[in-house]
Amino acid sequence: MLEVSGISKSFGGFRAVSDVNLTVETRQITAVIGPNGAGKSTLFNLITGHLRPDAGTVRLDGHDITGAPPFRICRMGIGRSFQRTNIFPQLTVFENVQAAFLVHHGHGRDFWSRADTLYRDETAALLASVGLADEEDTIAGTLAYGHQKQLELGLALASDPAVLLLDEPTAGMSASETRETIRLLARIAAERALTLLFTEHDMEVVFSIAQKIAVLHQGRIIAEGRPEEVRGDAEVRRVYLGHGLVHAS
Amino acid sequence: MTAAAAPSQAPSDPAPVPKRRTRALADRIPWILVVFLIMATVPWVGTRYDTFLAGQIVIDALFAVSLNLLLGTTGLVSFGHVAYFGVGAYVCGILMKTYELPFSVAFPAAGLGAAFFALVFGFFCVRLAKLYFAMLTLAFSQIIWAIAYKWNDVTGGDQGLPEIPYPNLDWMSVIPGCADLSVGARFYLLSLVLVAVSLAVVHRIVRSPFGRVLTTIRDNPERAAFLGVNVKAYQLAAFVVAGGFAGLAGALYGIFSRGVFADYVFWSKSAEILIMTILGGASYFWGPPVGAAVLVWLNQWVTDYTQYWSFVLGAILLVLLFGFPGGIVGGVVLLWRKLKRLRHA
Amino acid sequence: MAGSFLFNQFLGGFTTAMFLFLIASGLSLVFGVMRVINFAHGSFYMIGAYLAWQAVQWLHPSGATFWIAALAAALGVAVLGAVTERLFFRSLYGREELYQLLFTYALVLILADAAKFLWGTDQLTVSAPPVLAGSVSILGTTQPLYTLFIIAIGPAIAFALWLALNRTGAGRMVRAAQMDREMLDALGANVSFIYTGMFALSAFLAGLSGALVTPIQSIVPGMDVLIIVQAFIVVVIGGMGSLWGTFWGSVIYGQVLSFGILIFPGFSLFSVFALMAVILIVRPWGLFGRPI
Repeated sequence: MLEVSGISKSFGGFRAVSDVNLTVETRQITAVIGPNGAGKSTLFNLITGHLRPDAGTVRLDGHDITGAPPFRICRMGIGRSFQRTNIFPQLTVFENVQAAFLVHHGHGRDFWSRADTLYRDETAALLASVGLADEEDTIAGTLAYGHQKQLELGLALASDPAVLLLDEPTAGMSASETRETIRLLARIAAERALTLLFTEHDMEVVFSIAQKIAVLHQGRIIAEGRPEEVRGDAEVRRVYLGHGLVHAS
Repeated sequence: MTAAAAPSQAPSDPAPVPKRRTRALADRIPWILVVFLIMATVPWVGTRYDTFLAGQIVIDALFAVSLNLLLGTTGLVSFGHVAYFGVGAYVCGILMKTYELPFSVAFPAAGLGAAFFALVFGFFCVRLAKLYFAMLTLAFSQIIWAIAYKWNDVTGGDQGLPEIPYPNLDWMSVIPGCADLSVGARFYLLSLVLVAVSLAVVHRIVRSPFGRVLTTIRDNPERAAFLGVNVKAYQLAAFVVAGGFAGLAGALYGIFSRGVFADYVFWSKSAEILIMTILGGASYFWGPPVGAAVLVWLNQWVTDYTQYWSFVLGAILLVLLFGFPGGIVGGVVLLWRKLKRLRHA
Repeated sequence: MAGSFLFNQFLGGFTTAMFLFLIASGLSLVFGVMRVINFAHGSFYMIGAYLAWQAVQWLHPSGATFWIAALAAALGVAVLGAVTERLFFRSLYGREELYQLLFTYALVLILADAAKFLWGTDQLTVSAPPVLAGSVSILGTTQPLYTLFIIAIGPAIAFALWLALNRTGAGRMVRAAQMDREMLDALGANVSFIYTGMFALSAFLAGLSGALVTPIQSIVPGMDVLIIVQAFIVVVIGGMGSLWGTFWGSVIYGQVLSFGILIFPGFSLFSVFALMAVILIVRPWGLFGRPI
């Protein structure tokens, strides 16, 4: 469904992403892993139009979306959550998600209706599914970190994406929170028949739900394939052994 | 400009920070009606001077609310909003004085003219980052001022357009109680109604889905883009709407002040309106009108006693910045919440 | 004769330019380090002029009076700047830029009335120092010595500032603060001291220019507003935070104003704002600035 070919990006002399090829199959859960600085967020930014690649293309269902502006890429069905939580701090949790529905269903040009009254049921349902039903009236900027991440996810889902990109969805979470989040993600992906692409550097997370893993190191893909294949890959072990992130199998 | 987000807590305050938005909308509606009715009685109850002050407040309220559509709702800081006020004033003034067109034509034309300029200027402004946006709005505003100041044939140059005629308000005699009112008082009432309607429209826009999208742009433009919002297009739309309403305020002002002059368009007026907006509270729809009322009244009161109004205004601004960033309405809301907590404790 | 007329205009433009450079350099410096536009900069300039006049009133008339008064005025304004920064500005750093801008505007309002209170609204003048009181004939035109002095002092101060920024330890810290203040803070440099210092220096420059302008222009209320608009345009054209940008921006502005009056009489006012708008549209960070 999502095809990244030969993507490269340099900042000054620094090659952040180098000739990356990645195919994300429909309804699969794919993970991109790599140590910090490997270029994961840059890769995401290149896919979602926040950065223009120096070379290469990004195709969604065959359509070339390389370098398109973010708002257009979103409308084509790619949703994204961000590593640093990116919500609307002065609106309530309810209003956050409601706004996403309003935009997605094209109500942005409605100058007359009362925004409060639209999509109330859908918003409540979505909030319940990401576990924020109790926090509807809380002002988003005052939410606890974990809840903000849930809201992040909610916002991304409200646009009914076909492909969901999640940038380090469990960053900063405890072990139990991480497990909760992973379970939530897996459930939602199944419920909504989503194609999921996420980045992580927590191996537990990755091996528990990913069906395909790509390993990014210094801007290059050094391994790609099913979890077992990647786990056994010599290059991967060489890169990761020092970090102690992969258990020797 | 944070609304009800967590303020810093004094260590002795045991109560939790209120995180929920107070649902007081239903309470507020009768208040607005009350204020409207009070304002409407001024020509009978007050002196001619009171009517003049009230008119000033009403017009500035609309001007400030239009600015707040940019500042409080969309997060756009404009230093050049007076440009559209000025365009509206000149368009209405020129149409009524030079071309002798009726008010019913000149008034909407003023709004449209201002909106047009806002479209042209805004197109360039929204492409820029925050700081440069503010500077370009100022530059455009000064360009309008320079044109107003120098284009003698059309704008009257530094002499301006004195003696803008009042619209024909004879028809108001049929309204009970209005027969004895001077044309100035009648125009005040007309302005009050026009401003009230305009405010109602802006209020509706702010509460609409479009308005909601604007608030997402204010809070987090990057995220808004990734919901599918074409941020620049919405910012431009907000700019045009705000400009249009500022133009309407300007049109009223020109007639109300019996003349349109270039110094109406000088940037210090933009600063004044900005202060009014923040004084009242930019996070609240009714903040700017409150700010307008307070500032106009204060100006009159202070200038009766001293010629140092600038100093007073500067001092007020300092108190505002360091003590009450939420403005008057913000302060009142906080006070009300504290009282509620005390009652429930 | 056309040649000497043009030369006159050119020199006039250059005088305006150098004198604007003196003022605008302070504005640009503060912006470069603290990322804030100090609207009160024009007020500092005005206070400098008034202080210079006051000093001249108090001092015993002599050949050196003017210079002492100018220096005293500049120092006085520098102290004012430092105090303002420490007492008030400091608490606004974390807050939104709008608040900082409004604070400087509040200063404008307060200082304007303070000046009105202390010195009234009459026009005040200060005579040029005796050593520069005469004039000289160049290329068929008569140029007052004082204006030539102003033209000379512009590049002199530009060079001095450049030296200070690029060849001293303190200057290096200031340039580092311009690029990344958080990093500098983390490295243990006394960033708050740098801020106070920069603000004081910028106030010094403003006060000095105010003092030095008094032989050419009378001191009137409203001179603060008039000058800040021009300084602002100059800094936009040249590039915020860039010393040479401010220098060349002043030169361009001076010439546009000078010759603009000839080409479009009555539209020179319009042309400088139009120039500012064009720069912001096409290259917002100015001719020499860096995209922020």
